Amino acid sequence: MSAPGATSPAPADRYRDAVSHGPGAALAKRLGLPRPTPLRRRGDDDDALLVGPALVVSVPLEGSAASAASDASRGEPLAPVLADLLRGAGAEVDAPGGGTTGTSLASDNRSRRGALLLDATRIDTVGDLDDVRAVLAPAVKALAPHGRVVVLSRVPALPGSGGSVMADVERAAAQAGLEGLVRTLAKELRDGATANLVRLTGESADAHAAVGAAASTLLFLASAASAYVSGQVVDVAVGPSSAGERRQAEPSPTGPLDQPADQTLAGRVAVVTGAARGIGAAITAVLAARGAHVVGVDVPAAGDALARVVNAVGGSALALDITADGAGERLARYLVDRHGGAHLVVHNAGITRDKLLVNMDEARWRSVLEVNLAAQLRLTDALLSTDGALTERARVVAVSSTSGLAGNRGQSNYATSKAGVAGMVRALAPALAGRGITVNAVAPGFIETDMTAAMPALTREAARRVSSLRQGGLPVDVAETIAWLADPASGAVTGQVVRVCGQNIVGA
Amino acid sequence: MTSSPAAIIGGNRTPFARAHGRYAHASAQDLLTAALDGLVARHSLAGMRLGEVAGGAVLKHSRDFNLTREAVLSTALDPATPAHDLQMACDTGVETAVTVANKIALGQIDVGVASGVDTASDAPVAVDDGLRRVLIALSRARTTKARLAALARLRPQQLKPQVPSTAEARTGLSMGEHAALTAARWKITRTAQDEVALASHARLAAADERGFFDDLITPFAGLQRDDNLRPDTSMERLAKLKPVFGLGAGVGAEPTLTAGNSTALTDGASAVLLASDAWAAEHRQPVLAHLVDAESGAVDFASGREGLLMAGVYAAPRLLARRDLRLADMDLVEVHEAFASTVLTTLGAWEDAEFCSTHLGLDAPLGTVDRDRLNVAGSSLATGHPFAATGGRILATVAKLLRERVDSGAPSQEKGVQRALVSVCAAGGQGVVALVEAR
Repeated sequence: MSAPGATSPAPADRYRDAVSHGPGAALAKRLGLPRPTPLRRRGDDDDALLVGPALVVSVPLEGSAASAASDASRGEPLAPVLADLLRGAGAEVDAPGGGTTGTSLASDNRSRRGALLLDATRIDTVGDLDDVRAVLAPAVKALAPHGRVVVLSRVPALPGSGGSVMADVERAAAQAGLEGLVRTLAKELRDGATANLVRLTGESADAHAAVGAAASTLLFLASAASAYVSGQVVDVAVGPSSAGERRQAEPSPTGPLDQPADQTLAGRVAVVTGAARGIGAAITAVLAARGAHVVGVDVPAAGDALARVVNAVGGSALALDITADGAGERLARYLVDRHGGAHLVVHNAGITRDKLLVNMDEARWRSVLEVNLAAQLRLTDALLSTDGALTERARVVAVSSTSGLAGNRGQSNYATSKAGVAGMVRALAPALAGRGITVNAVAPGFIETDMTAAMPALTREAARRVSSLRQGGLPVDVAETIAWLADPASGAVTGQVVRVCGQNIVGA
Repeated sequence: MTSSPAAIIGGNRTPFARAHGRYAHASAQDLLTAALDGLVARHSLAGMRLGEVAGGAVLKHSRDFNLTREAVLSTALDPATPAHDLQMACDTGVETAVTVANKIALGQIDVGVASGVDTASDAPVAVDDGLRRVLIALSRARTTKARLAALARLRPQQLKPQVPSTAEARTGLSMGEHAALTAARWKITRTAQDEVALASHARLAAADERGFFDDLITPFAGLQRDDNLRPDTSMERLAKLKPVFGLGAGVGAEPTLTAGNSTALTDGASAVLLASDAWAAEHRQPVLAHLVDAESGAVDFASGREGLLMAGVYAAPRLLARRDLRLADMDLVEVHEAFASTVLTTLGAWEDAEFCSTHLGLDAPLGTVDRDRLNVAGSSLATGHPFAATGGRILATVAKLLRERVDSGAPSQEKGVQRALVSVCAAGGQGVVALVEAR
């Protein structure tokens, strides 16, 4: 019996391996074939946050034509605080003095840059966008393989709340323009590099508060943990309404020696449904590696695989069919009795029963909606209504799918359920903001699992190449994204649906 | 040193499989490791050092002298967890629990696991005693001449392997033949035996259906439930089976023991987690019940004075008297179904005024066991009977049943406590009874 999931080697991507070096690479280049680069993942080779120094810039640039306009109304530039954040995480930062002028935006060839953090929160006009291009063009050219581009924007207040309506509208338009820019940049980047947009929402706070709220998100997107996340837009709530604890831009004083910096979930209890194999097993492994005690839940029939997965990380196994009557109450009771409540719930359990809609029978339709959506809703309800089952500031993360966001032929039941999951997250997040509980979803795209290994070779090959990263992701990529959302420091991220798809060509 | 009874925290077993079937290629160590690992996962024990793991097997390779320790080393438990093997025929499993519970009650350890495994598919095959002597002489020989002399004593018939059997060493009779003798003595009818078998299958199927075993069984080798279970069996089907024991003239009655009302050879393993109440509270583990007391019995079966599997009949009244309890105080009774007739002769003996007077020294019958309280989640006729694994199966099952009764407010003989008597017979004319209580 082979152990499935996290412990099994990733299915071979022979094409990627053949064209990533040597004669295969040269041939693919001449023929104009896609040349996917094996992604840099957390723990691969080194512990460094970035592969090279970071460039941190706020736009509009100081002294540029655009900046001559009302600087005072724009608020503080974030670059200095962003630079401190990266330095605190051990990265080298090229940031010019004030973060807005000076040193060449290009890099000397000696050291290509590991990341580019662009603070565009102060872009107010279409004219301001000129500086965005002026900074990005040379800086992206100087980006190292596996480099990271993270752009910060903001969701401005509704027009008319302050001064001129048209000025507010233009600010909104300019800020929205950044989305198209970042998504395009993600498609143009090569060699495992990614680009993502972080939008600050809510009333403007000072630079330290804003960066503090976004810190866990910025560090995730800058790190190797986000290897398969690209072309995404993540909203971070700043200001008084945002939930949860904040990681300060300044690194906290040294913690206990037995609790290294990556033990973000130390002392926390995490529930993972569908933990026995595939993505669930990877989630279990990653959350445990961050210090969580993982309660793996799976159907009784998967008990032996579940035991292997949880025993490997010192967790707990709970054999439970989440669709059974009273399953939520049983889980809630178990969490209270055995663990004193859970800090994190990952709704990962899911099934597929594919058929074209015209051939879709009731059993296939119902079973998929039941497991993938209805059971999640009932479980969540039971956990929220049982005293002590979930802690204050708990984290709920659901697994959606790009099939749900973009549709997928033959998966009307699955897509309906997974779009429903996204809907659940968006509706539940504001309802629980008062308790400091965040609710988010990840939407995996093509992830290499036992399931995809069983696909017809050509279909699989095509599915791998239709993302900007030109390859499938790994279960660990989904797990790392969940670990970021589960981080106590990610309290300002809620109601988000984050795709882990290498910017798959389908969907938003 | 004060003593307080050990708590039964939980249990785990592999599904039981008919011999030479699904587990044909699993070793005893594989099965025991799987049962232990399932328990470790369910109770968050990975990396933990336990006070003791006791285990054993009835059919055992000599190379498996450290079977339980070897299994522990293959599990996720801290390798610093000590283990020992123990053997008491079909009482091996229940005796490991008594041993671990006693250590806990004495305060020597605060948590331990009792376990047992048997596989008839991976049974040790021995060589003929003559061949064995030749081989030993050969290993002692230092010269060619001595070697040839040793080999000269080799005879062709010595090459026939000796497969273990369930024959009693002192009588040469198989366990089934012994059971047939006892059944005949107590005039147990075929119909009564088939009714016991039918109830066993029906009750196991019902318990399985309601998910009772979800936290007592972990699948193994693709098997998810006991494959001996026949949910759709009926009196008609059972009646069609031909008798297989008691066919000889010596029994002196119509043969009544069939493959339907006798246990089949089975492969499987079980484990039970026992701990002090303090350990359970500290680790937020459930207390299902307590293993309060136990008593071993043995009878003179070799002379024919008593039936081979009747020792529990004698041990139970001693245990009850020590605890100042009556049979009627038991809310549940578990009598291991080695044979349906074993259950019926046990109950019959306890009801029989004369037997209770002459053999048990009681003024009145020990009492009647209400069938609604007997083996309520099925027993060995339905699950199968991997010898050393049966005790652990029964203890975990009855502990959970008692807990359910407490939690659901089921009526009990004494307010505030649910009690069960467990009786497991064994080869060699032995038996162990245990008192389990939940509050």
